[in-house]
Amino acid sequence: MINRDLVIVGGGSAGMSAALEAYSLGVKDILILEKNDYLGGILNQCIHNGFGLQEFKEELTGPEFMTRFSKAVNEKGIEYRLNTNVINISKDKVVSYSNSEEGFVEIKAKAIILTTGCYERNSGAIQIPGDRPSGVYTAGQAQLYLNIYGQLVGKRVFILGSGDIGLIMARRMTLEGAKVLGVAELNSYSAGLNRNIVQCLQDFDIPLYLSHTVKEIVGPKGHIEKIVLAKVDDHFNFIPGSEIEFEVDALLLSVGLVPNVDLISRLGIPFSKTRGAVVTEHMETEIEGLFTSGNVLHVHDLVDYVVSEAREAAKGAYLYLNNKLSHKGHMYKVSPKDGVNYVVPQKIYIDDAEDKLIFKFRVAHPFKDINLVISEGDRVIKKIYKPAIIPSEMEIVKLDKSLFNKENENIFVYVEERK
Amino acid sequence: MKDIIIIGAGVVGSLLARKLSSYNLDVLVLDKENDVGNVTSMANSAIVHSGYDPIPGSLKAKLNVEGNRLFPNLCKELDVSFSQIGSLTVAIFDEQLPMLEELANRSKENGVEVKLLSKEEVLKMEPNLTSEVKGALLAPSAGIVNPFTLVVHAMENAVDNGVKLCLGEEVTSIKDNGDFFSVITKKNTYEAKVVIDAAGVYSDKIHSMIEKIDYEVKPRKGEYYVLDHYGKMLVNHTIFPLPSEKGKGILVSPTTSGNFIVGPSSEWVDDKEDLSTDKPTLVNVKAQAQMMVPNIPFNEVIRTFSGLRPTPSTHDFILGTAKSNNRFILASGIESPGLASSPAIANYLVDNFVSKVIKLTPKKDFNPYVRKRFVPSKMTSKERNELIKAHPEYGKIICNCEKVSLGEILDEFSRSVPPHTIKAVKKRTRAGFGKCQGGFCQPLVLALIASNYKMKKTDVLLDKDGSYIAHYLTKEAK
Repeated sequence: MINRDLVIVGGGSAGMSAALEAYSLGVKDILILEKNDYLGGILNQCIHNGFGLQEFKEELTGPEFMTRFSKAVNEKGIEYRLNTNVINISKDKVVSYSNSEEGFVEIKAKAIILTTGCYERNSGAIQIPGDRPSGVYTAGQAQLYLNIYGQLVGKRVFILGSGDIGLIMARRMTLEGAKVLGVAELNSYSAGLNRNIVQCLQDFDIPLYLSHTVKEIVGPKGHIEKIVLAKVDDHFNFIPGSEIEFEVDALLLSVGLVPNVDLISRLGIPFSKTRGAVVTEHMETEIEGLFTSGNVLHVHDLVDYVVSEAREAAKGAYLYLNNKLSHKGHMYKVSPKDGVNYVVPQKIYIDDAEDKLIFKFRVAHPFKDINLVISEGDRVIKKIYKPAIIPSEMEIVKLDKSLFNKENENIFVYVEERK
Repeated sequence: MKDIIIIGAGVVGSLLARKLSSYNLDVLVLDKENDVGNVTSMANSAIVHSGYDPIPGSLKAKLNVEGNRLFPNLCKELDVSFSQIGSLTVAIFDEQLPMLEELANRSKENGVEVKLLSKEEVLKMEPNLTSEVKGALLAPSAGIVNPFTLVVHAMENAVDNGVKLCLGEEVTSIKDNGDFFSVITKKNTYEAKVVIDAAGVYSDKIHSMIEKIDYEVKPRKGEYYVLDHYGKMLVNHTIFPLPSEKGKGILVSPTTSGNFIVGPSSEWVDDKEDLSTDKPTLVNVKAQAQMMVPNIPFNEVIRTFSGLRPTPSTHDFILGTAKSNNRFILASGIESPGLASSPAIANYLVDNFVSKVIKLTPKKDFNPYVRKRFVPSKMTSKERNELIKAHPEYGKIICNCEKVSLGEILDEFSRSVPPHTIKAVKKRTRAGFGKCQGGFCQPLVLALIASNYKMKKTDVLLDKDGSYIAHYLTKEAK
């Protein structure tokens, strides 16, 4: 069996960023495994701009953003395999993969970083009643058809879900000559970034139906013909008489992304509410030396945050490879409380941690005029005033490690109403 | 002039065609769909029932038990996933215990081996069952089968042995010319000495094309959930409830691909094409299933679907001949346990009715086996490596969720019942069956279909005529 120091599963933005960071820290024996015939993953189909403001202080398209990374990977001579699908990862970190050139290969990795991204919730998962005709796509699938394969999925389109990909596709399909009849969101607030609501819907006069969802898909002859939209109450029950019908030839779904944890779901390790693995301050799972970051850990709003988090994992892998992760000493359990949906990481070995602790979290629903609080047990460490906060925008808080005094085992993150 | 025309390429039509292909006969199969096994045979519980349940003496009882016994060898010959995991019919209320015993007696009458289990025994076998369970009836011979490949491979084997298959041929009328029939479809007219009606939900309509009939085949819809293979074992057996005022037959079962299936509901519908699902029904299916298995992870649902049972007003399979002509043979009203009975139905019809009207001489070179398929995900590392060295296309994975290789898809195109639609590829190879439901691989599969048939990518269908996918080119691509 071949031995490798670091195997990175997935050559998208997270994988490439992790590889570059590990390389710059001194890890030289790196192998990236990528299933597509190109590096960069999903960014290749994100031809709109808006990427890189944090990372490069510039506004780039997805392909431009990822090309900066793939160029660097090539310049550094970091090894990667394309058209290569990882079939299995075992508890003792044997990575098995398959491709046409090498066949079925097993590698014993000292460390692994899993950066397999996420997949889209689809019509099967959200169980829209009615027929199951053609013409129903996830927004990313429609984007893949359009931007990679040059095929347009429809000319009269409705979009269910106000996730960012759906909003981006509303604009993209309009520019391509399709009529986008509307975007519906089950919640009373959008799931996408505000800038996308403005730039992709308002600028094109595309109506946003909040507190609405698709009640029925109609397409008995095999292709979608119509959708029935209905308003919902606070408990998501349909309000009778609120139905609106739209004749469509395509329905796009932008109803959420789910970490693609298939390769580690059978290892018996714990998972969090994000559906990603429970990780430490260095994005390490319960299996020592197995790290995970990017959208396979929790779904990010911006690729800039993905590449930054991947560096944390790469640092962890570097430390692990050099026996500098003790997994010992005081361990904090990090938990969300009132008003907060999740926090990453879920565990912190304070002695292993970098000087700054980074907390990433989302609120459970929109709030106005509140404090975000981070506490060690009952002791408040940090209060941050927020005039307004929404779930679609991830919060990142960095705190000096010295603020924590190991007196309690719990760190809490929560929303506090202001008096 | 054909010897025999079979109308309907479902599991019954396909196994009949295969059976008939072992004789020196000129057989044609017609189906209105774009693929074989596309209606009732595609959307069902995929259970090979043991036969404990049908009323003793009925055709259902006789053929279910016989069919069940034929399945292991049939699936070996046809290279179809089949696993005899056994079924457990569970009593949840004390008053159901006598009913379990009644069922056990009925099983014995039907010739089915069963065993009554105590609460402790059943919970030991199935720890995820409700702790309220009072006892269960174990039927070890019950199995699960891949219903998609069963039909495809049966028809492939039939075609390999000389049967002709015409898809997309909807029969609109049949003329009885005395010693032969003219079968008229929307596109063509075919002639045959014998016609077999295996048209599923339309079997009454097809029969009524040659004479007045005194029964009806009504579609009875069943709605289901499909759960992903999520790395844990929910149940090891097919779990059935006992019929009671609180539940009527919603099962929880593993599938041959490691998924779990929950359903079906039972609703009469008027429209023989109505495959829609609705929320109240699915909510009820969920509640019924949770009474037996409380912790079903419904967040792992990857699809809901519905299927139609061709339920005959006679309450039993209608197997025989038309009153006016014994060369018009009926395989009508094949509802549950139709799948389990299907190989026995084929034998029964050939032995009792086909043999009476046409001379059957066995074909010397009949080959009961389909050409071997390579499935890398089921191979050892060594086998897999050897396969990829010889055929590199088995190294490239197309469907990431189900780990389906390019080689498996290309192989299907080279076979005698090749897939023409996205759904047909999915049924044969599982590409698109997983949790992303084709989100990533559908464009790749679509391009493979287009390139294989030298058609435009924008003309590839999901399933039925008109079910286009990504039907337009972008401005730039034009």
